[in-house]
Amino acid sequence: MENTTISKNYDLSLSRDQVFDGMKEGYLSKYDESKDVIVHFVSRKKAKEKFKVGGVLDNEQSNNWKAWLYLAPVLILMAIFLIYPLINTIVISFMSNYNYVTGDFDGFTLNNFGAILGLSDINGYRDNRLIDYGFVNTFLITFVTVPLSLVIALLISVLLNSLKWLKKVYQVVFFLPYVTNTIAIGMVFSVLFDKQGIINYIFGSDITWIYGADRWTAMVPLCIYIVWSSLPFKILILLSGLQGVDKQYYQAAKIDSTPKWRVLLRITVPALSPQILYLMVTSFIGAFKEYSSIVALFNGPGTSTGSYNMYTIVYYIYDNLTSNTSLAAAAAVILFIIILIFTFLQLWLSKKRVHY
Amino acid sequence: MVATKLKEYIDFSNDKDVDVDVTITIKEGNRSVDSIKKREKVTRFFLTIILYILVTFLALMMIFPFYWMIITSLKNNSEIISANQTFFPTIVMWSNYVYVFQHFNFVTYMTNTIVVAIFSTIGTLITTIFGAFAFARLNFKGREALFLVFLMTMMIPGEMMVISNYITVAAFGWIGENATLLDAYLSMIVPFWVSVFYIYLLRQNFKQIPNELYLAAKVDGKSDWSFLWKVMVPLAAPTLISITILKFMGTWNSYVWPNLVANRDEFRLISNGLRGSSFVDVESGRVEYGYQTAATVLVTVPLFLLFVLFRKYIMRGVGRAGIKG
Repeated sequence: MENTTISKNYDLSLSRDQVFDGMKEGYLSKYDESKDVIVHFVSRKKAKEKFKVGGVLDNEQSNNWKAWLYLAPVLILMAIFLIYPLINTIVISFMSNYNYVTGDFDGFTLNNFGAILGLSDINGYRDNRLIDYGFVNTFLITFVTVPLSLVIALLISVLLNSLKWLKKVYQVVFFLPYVTNTIAIGMVFSVLFDKQGIINYIFGSDITWIYGADRWTAMVPLCIYIVWSSLPFKILILLSGLQGVDKQYYQAAKIDSTPKWRVLLRITVPALSPQILYLMVTSFIGAFKEYSSIVALFNGPGTSTGSYNMYTIVYYIYDNLTSNTSLAAAAAVILFIIILIFTFLQLWLSKKRVHY
Repeated sequence: MVATKLKEYIDFSNDKDVDVDVTITIKEGNRSVDSIKKREKVTRFFLTIILYILVTFLALMMIFPFYWMIITSLKNNSEIISANQTFFPTIVMWSNYVYVFQHFNFVTYMTNTIVVAIFSTIGTLITTIFGAFAFARLNFKGREALFLVFLMTMMIPGEMMVISNYITVAAFGWIGENATLLDAYLSMIVPFWVSVFYIYLLRQNFKQIPNELYLAAKVDGKSDWSFLWKVMVPLAAPTLISITILKFMGTWNSYVWPNLVANRDEFRLISNGLRGSSFVDVESGRVEYGYQTAATVLVTVPLFLLFVLFRKYIMRGVGRAGIKG
């Protein structure tokens, strides 16, 4: 009874009345006992859409305009706030001295990119902040925090998964930092890392971490804060992935008395590879866009007044949004390109390594 | 193996032999199985204890900033910066909170945040429900292609849009010298009425609703519209609750965009208000950490209440992102 065939040239051994009844219902079908199938009869003429599906009255064509009506609010808003701005920003990045209030500009140029990359002058001045601080800091933050937080999250979720009791409680505790305000907790971290704060007290050190700190020293509390705040999401995703791993693999490893670290590397990590890939892609994108955590910790672009040493690419964009719109747009385009390259690189590299 | 060996010595069919006591000791190396088992049990017990100590330690590290935030908010400033750090305030300074309530426009910021959160959530829910319904249930030409384009837009960094959106919102007259509170609200609400991610989330949920229900509703002469509101929306309620809470939390956390468009203190949302307020003591010129952390406690507590009440929905909503991602 499962099989359904649609046939043109089937032996129509139906009585006139049966045919007539079928037509009234909208379609014609018959159960063929010898073949155990339901046969739907379609006329020799080109079948109408609604007969094609085999009994289901699914009128695709008439839904067409209705679907667009349902999509209208989404499409209109996306056109105004997503598609147009995307194109407009790219255009602005090629405009010389674009003024966002009046909309004036002095022709098209490539100089904006040259200026922020430190290659050429614009209006007689060269902006080295992005080259000296923005790119360096952004890449440093990305390549420190993303691998670090992934490894820590993986270890914690494996530990949590092996718990017998109180698993749920610990799960909630490790999720807590997700439910916080980035600015608020960042300000708490700046208290923790204060010169007279608890961190220096516990470790007996006397290091200036936040205000007036050396650029590389200030990276430490920043990276710790970013890792700390990105752990809950990763742990949640990895834990839900772990619960779906087939227990048989672990039993087989136990029989072979495989060492724990090998089980982790050879079974757990490959089994979690879809989740790890997802986290890699999203956290790389997130780390490239780091901004709020810097505002929260340092209350500005640098570790002291007038300093720009904690600049990231995104910080540069927001800082220059109104004063140098063209340069900000050029920086945004560069960020977009970097993110695209990294995302595709990861998806390409993962093709062989991710097991679905 | 044991059974066959036994059979050699004891014949169970013979009644006389049944009374014989048999003790079998199997040895591995020089230790009996019992002692190995016992030893394994002891090791496992200690490993479990070590595991729990480790996990508890890590958990404490995770929540230490929260503890320190609460503790600091109750200390007076000389204790906060003293050479001997205390893990509990010697004098509990509730006055920090009094000061913050007097000098920090907490109520204004909170009202703004809640208004913006409510209206942007309503708008998002409407567009999300319609969009997800069209993608999950209705057939139209180019559906899959359009959905793919939607998903691809998630990769575009928001910074690309922020620049032009700022110009657009300025052109609408929502920001600038003459902007009213309503304008500021609009500028913080309308650009965030569409979320591709939530459309994706809800579409997945809608797709799980069996086809038969739709066909049955069709047979009963129900329109798509009433099917959406009477069947699909109630069935997808958990996801919708998740979206509502996540959106609310998102507004509570949003800093960048409000910081750009809310140019007056009375327009600010909670995060901007917090970072924009000065907690510097006029006399000493130092930041008063007691006041500052008291304010952060006030900003954090509502989020925690939300978490306590809707933990299931929050964790499920966030978690689902990864399972099918």
